[in-house]
Amino acid sequence: MSADVHRSIEALWRIESGRLIAGLARVTGDVGAAEELAQDALVVALEQWPRTGVPPNPAGWLMTTAKNRAVDLARRRRTYQRKIVAVGRDLESRQHDGESGIDDALDDHIGDDLLRLIFTACHPILSMESRVALTLRCLGGLSTTQIARAFLIPEQTAAQRIVRAKRTLLRNEVAFELPTRAEMDDRLAAVMEVVYLVFNEGYTATAGESWMRPELCEEALRLARILAALVPDRPEAHGFAALLEFQASRIPARTTPSGEPILLPDQDRRLWDRLLIRRGLDSLARAERLASAPTRAGAPPAALGPYCLQAAIAACHATAVRAEDTDWQRIAALYDVLRHVWSTPVVELNRAVAVARAYGPEKGLAIVDGLVADGALGGYAQLAAVRGDLLEQLERWNEAAAAFTQAAAETRNGREREVFLDRAARLT
Amino acid sequence: MRYLVLLRGNQPAEQPPAELMDAIMKLGEEATQAGAMLDNAGLAPSAMGARVELSGGSLDIVDGPFTESKEYISYALYQVKSKEEAVEWARRFMHLHQEHWPAWEGESLVLKVFGPEDFAPPA
Repeated sequence: MSADVHRSIEALWRIESGRLIAGLARVTGDVGAAEELAQDALVVALEQWPRTGVPPNPAGWLMTTAKNRAVDLARRRRTYQRKIVAVGRDLESRQHDGESGIDDALDDHIGDDLLRLIFTACHPILSMESRVALTLRCLGGLSTTQIARAFLIPEQTAAQRIVRAKRTLLRNEVAFELPTRAEMDDRLAAVMEVVYLVFNEGYTATAGESWMRPELCEEALRLARILAALVPDRPEAHGFAALLEFQASRIPARTTPSGEPILLPDQDRRLWDRLLIRRGLDSLARAERLASAPTRAGAPPAALGPYCLQAAIAACHATAVRAEDTDWQRIAALYDVLRHVWSTPVVELNRAVAVARAYGPEKGLAIVDGLVADGALGGYAQLAAVRGDLLEQLERWNEAAAAFTQAAAETRNGREREVFLDRAARLT
Repeated sequence: MRYLVLLRGNQPAEQPPAELMDAIMKLGEEATQAGAMLDNAGLAPSAMGARVELSGGSLDIVDGPFTESKEYISYALYQVKSKEEAVEWARRFMHLHQEHWPAWEGESLVLKVFGPEDFAPPA
């Protein structure tokens, strides 16, 4: 019985903690304090509910309990900003109207509050590690133990990251506010960077035994969906959600039953998650619609951002029934646009692959040789591997073998090294 | 993990109250914005559908309605972390019916969709 109640409370926490913390942060102006107040309410629930049963409106109960503690806190902390005390008084007076008054007052702002919470948790003043930990804690409802397990770090390290994040926010007097219009694009990009990092850590794990940790992907996908819903007029947020939907749709096909990676061309596409592909296509269509809509004051429509373009590329793969049906010309064209808005050597390398597929290996090799001359990807095993692959297609066997040998020397992944050495050996 | 929540009950003679439909829309929006609801839709009465049966080695196609069983009224597909979380969304959904249409009777079936987690190699 009590185990059941605990699981129910956990489920409720998962659904409510973000909104709870967000609402409390508006009241206290301090995300750290809000998170602790919410945790306190959770502890009270865990103590009481197994005895008393789950109250009829559990979410309201948690909020009321946390709010009462906020009021106590405001009373106790004389040194607190006047504003908080004022809000505390306001709350006390509201309490005479009963629970619903408080809930209504909160509901009015809940969307904005959640958005403030996301922006605060992903504030550029915090280290990337702290942003990730605080975001998962405040918006994912994950416990320190769960965060530690997800990132294969000691629990103490995860706890420290969160404590440090809260302290940094407080010390720098980071206000619980939405970014200004001028800051919006950069701050939104910072949020997506955090969520993408969580996703990628799940998609191609940098540590541990498994190559993928799908639960991290799921968490990131959920955050991306929440974000898109909170800023519905931002094409990049929808493009970002679309990109993660497409990438996640391949998860069931990305490993063998024993956990070895299967790369895109070799995946059994029947295993791709059709529902996620459909959701990705919907989000991408929405992003493109928003981006092409005429803007105020006759400004030209916003160009598609890097996430929208990557999502459009992923859509080409998602809609190709067989690998050989892939529209490589379209992908090459999209990479050509992408490199103008997001110019990185890795994008250029991917473009080389697409161009080679669409227009022949020598065209791709020209791009790759440009990258080699440029030196920006020095030591990156994939560069040598792609080069080897294109040289092999051009039947320049000795150069191809040398490229694969170089790739084998550069990779840090044991399985990959075997593959490269094997290809080099077959060429000599 | 995914759960399919199927609402089943008596096909009502009259339209459900408008307040109920509004509340359902609001909850659906909330669940979607929370990244939990992946898909949902209402289902037309079985009079508009059919049944393809395999029985005694022969296939039979039977047009609706199927008066012997309760009608399926809607479905929702959730992406959640536990059964309890899916049950909580279903509970909220049924609570809206309780609140706005207490005379109506029905049930929400919370069915787990098999996923990768069900086929994970033993740890």
